[in-house]
Amino acid sequence: MLDYTPKEYVNRKGLVINPAKTCQPVGAMYAALGIHKCLPHSHGSQGCCAYHRKFLTRNFRDPVMSSTSSFTEGSSVFGGGSNLKTSIKNVFTIYDPDVIAVHTTCLSETIGDDVPTYVMQAKVPEGKIVIHANTPSYKGSHITGFLNMVKGMVNYLAQNTEKPNGKINVIPGFVNPSDMREIKRILKEMGAEFIMFPDTSGVLDTPVTGKYEMYPKGGAKVEDIKDSGNSLATVSLGRFASSDGAFELEKKCKVPPKVLKTPIGIKATDEFLMEVSNVTGKDIPEEIEEERGQVIDVMVDCHYHYHGKKVAISGDPDIVIGLTEFAISMGMIPKYVLTGTPEKAFEKEIEEMLEEAGVEGKVKSGGDLFTLHQWMKEEPVDIMLGTTHSKYIARAEDVPFVRIGFPILDRSVHSYMPIVGYKGAMRIIELISNALLDRQDRDALDEDLELIM
Amino acid sequence: MKKKIDKIVENYPAAVFKNRKEHIIVKDNNTEEPQKIKANTRTVPGIITNRGCCYAGCKGVVLGPLRDAVVLTHGPIGCGYYTWGTRRNKGRTEGDEKNFLNYCFSTDLQESDIVFGGEKKLKKAIKEAVEIFEPKTIFICSTCPVGLIGDDIHSIASEAEKEYGIKVVSFSCEGYKGVSQSGGHHIANNGLIKHIIGTGEKVVGKFAINILGEYNIGGDGWEIERILRKIGYEIVSLIPGNGTVEDLKSAHKADLNIIQCHRSINYIGEMMGTKYGQDWIKVNFIGVKSTIKSLRNIAKYFDDSDLIARTEAVIEEELKEITYKLEEYKKMCEGKTAALFVGGSRAHHYQHILKDLGIKTILAGYEFAHRDDYEGREALPDIKEDGDSKNIENLEVTKDPENYKLFLTKEQYEKLKDEISLNYYSGMIKEMDNGSIVVDDLNHYETEELLKILKPDIFCSGIKDKYIAHKAGIFSKQLHSYDYSGPYAGFKGSVIFARDIAMGITTPAWDMITPPWKTQPMLEGSYIGGN
Repeated sequence: MLDYTPKEYVNRKGLVINPAKTCQPVGAMYAALGIHKCLPHSHGSQGCCAYHRKFLTRNFRDPVMSSTSSFTEGSSVFGGGSNLKTSIKNVFTIYDPDVIAVHTTCLSETIGDDVPTYVMQAKVPEGKIVIHANTPSYKGSHITGFLNMVKGMVNYLAQNTEKPNGKINVIPGFVNPSDMREIKRILKEMGAEFIMFPDTSGVLDTPVTGKYEMYPKGGAKVEDIKDSGNSLATVSLGRFASSDGAFELEKKCKVPPKVLKTPIGIKATDEFLMEVSNVTGKDIPEEIEEERGQVIDVMVDCHYHYHGKKVAISGDPDIVIGLTEFAISMGMIPKYVLTGTPEKAFEKEIEEMLEEAGVEGKVKSGGDLFTLHQWMKEEPVDIMLGTTHSKYIARAEDVPFVRIGFPILDRSVHSYMPIVGYKGAMRIIELISNALLDRQDRDALDEDLELIM
Repeated sequence: MKKKIDKIVENYPAAVFKNRKEHIIVKDNNTEEPQKIKANTRTVPGIITNRGCCYAGCKGVVLGPLRDAVVLTHGPIGCGYYTWGTRRNKGRTEGDEKNFLNYCFSTDLQESDIVFGGEKKLKKAIKEAVEIFEPKTIFICSTCPVGLIGDDIHSIASEAEKEYGIKVVSFSCEGYKGVSQSGGHHIANNGLIKHIIGTGEKVVGKFAINILGEYNIGGDGWEIERILRKIGYEIVSLIPGNGTVEDLKSAHKADLNIIQCHRSINYIGEMMGTKYGQDWIKVNFIGVKSTIKSLRNIAKYFDDSDLIARTEAVIEEELKEITYKLEEYKKMCEGKTAALFVGGSRAHHYQHILKDLGIKTILAGYEFAHRDDYEGREALPDIKEDGDSKNIENLEVTKDPENYKLFLTKEQYEKLKDEISLNYYSGMIKEMDNGSIVVDDLNHYETEELLKILKPDIFCSGIKDKYIAHKAGIFSKQLHSYDYSGPYAGFKGSVIFARDIAMGITTPAWDMITPPWKTQPMLEGSYIGGN
């Protein structure tokens, strides 16, 4: 397995090997699915749309719908205007969404297609909406695509009508529907009036009923996104996937932005709750405090399951930041922290965290799994946290492995179980503990196999 | 049925209606002329299609499975990332050869590369790949923007070939070329013929064959190899599932090409015929009966009594092992109906295995096939080139005087030509039942409507459709990835397929979709009010 990855670190300038990121459009597609009755539209070759639908479907095991401009060589030469206009007409007639959310691809970006002009020229039926985001695949990552589509939602939809609604806006970031559901539950427990967008819960975690619904009941409502311009403040969870949406709301509608971490682990969840409380004036209820106490209880009681273990963490920047902070809170040592998304700010944030914790670790943004593997060969770790693609390394180095983040292609149920909030923290502890304890059991001599651990 | 179908397409806007109605036919055994279907034409923009792109066909399908090549994607990160390990083309390392299947290589082009050109980065990437991995072969595959910014990947490839003394072949398979994956298959076929096949000097023995168009998804190729080796064939090369470029170089030494997937690899079969004189036979190792027929046809080609006897002995031995198990599963499957939408050959192949299990195929369609895959190769002269197909090079090859050899005498050829359908594929439609439906490039709307009308018990399609069917209460089996199971080919594969289908339609969860309180009275004589 990965037999040709050398131990000696190789500096590369041209070749990416085993990437830890993918391209912008898939993030935009995911974000757009979080609008109720919205059909994402991929403006490019058919292949992009097919790949992105597959990627998301495999992660969620639920239908992911999206249309495509189906570029040919001709459209690549003469521009994709007529393809987009034909698409808009066909999509509204055949699939009848309320919203089409167009995202671009490297193809339509390279030829310089002017999407807003094409949209203006298109026949959009009354009451229907077309929004768009530029998502060139050669810049950033899928996280940037999510960020750009959320910004597009604000751009096209949010309005300050000078009728304050007393609500708090929450942009949840590139997280699972389960996490969006959990964030909503916490807000409801707090009694906060809120608008969350995008919201893929109820879209990508739907029940089987015997009847297929192309537009399930979930997703942020257009009228709510419009109304987000009248809110008290916007809390964006995860700066890399969500902050631009909040800043855009500030610019366009004077709604103050609050950029927080994705609420993974104790500290980030504490900060989120306190911010919501600050903005809405609602107290943090006893039920939530009880949940927090339960997690700390477990962390005190079972710290020896994981304290002092060296961990390699990889994945998307916001998730990895949350996981790193939580790993430190658990007494673990984040030896290697890597994201594929090229953002220097990520490195700075992690480095500060590690410094404060007195941990000597390696950090990289815009990295790939080949680099992570090389680091691990130089000095091994006790456990890896990452997405499915890390399984090759976990096998090659025989390291316990916890699947967390996007994508998880080889296990199920993760999209129904939150990793955010205190409930999510509890789950992360369980995943990490079990992986380490299973390994201990596997490797124990007969006489050392413990019944109670 | 025809009326119901008409109703589905009548809901389309006029232009879409005009386009789509020619892609759907209801099989009619009583027509004077063979039925025609429109295929391999552009998908209408806005239609939710399952089709992929040229790059997917070239890199993802044909080149990706060759385990000893570094397949380097030149473009932004997504394309390479999505084709990393997702197609389940398995490959086992042998000896000291290298196997790169678990690696993904990309130049990860950035905005500045798009503006100033990506050639420098590509050269660096090749250098780094050579230094780290020391491969014997590098394939470079372009993605959309590379074609637009005009990177000269072909010059870079030939320069690198000289500089590093290894094979470096480039493929201009930008996603926008052609109308589906199919264009990419063709481009990959051309490249392999031009640069790889015919450059090796492996000495081959008796009954030497190449297996073409078998991708070793879930180990299909291994099961086919097992059977063929047991009979006594020498497999010169596998193109491409579990194959190596090293073996491929000597493919011209084989006596016969057997073709599993006609659509993706027939070009190589045809070109090898012209260049090296090799015949090809269309085989189908999906299903017991079709496996047996394929084995017998191959044996007939060699016309060797020992080989024929050995073929029969192996068939008997294999059947003994599986018949009982298959019968058990057949009891669970018999009488069910299936709809198939997959690939450019599988929608045909799997009708055979379903029939073995007593399952009737009521709808079948291909994602990226051409008319010959539906109507048979006799349709070829009637296919008119259009702007899209002209963009894919139609490579003309000529006889290679040094390596050209005919295995059969003229008399033998004439005798066998029709008996084992030499160099011919009859297509899918002929074998389908009267009244069954054939749809090309089936799209989401049609899928949804047809599932409602036909109510099949099993919908065999891909991941993008799978959960749509499940939400509607219909079991869906992925026939691209086999839902991560397999092999499904050959004798042993038949049992695994039968097991998976039986499991899929009988898993207890199907009966629990409706909560009991929706169908049972909840209040039984409860006491309401009163004194």
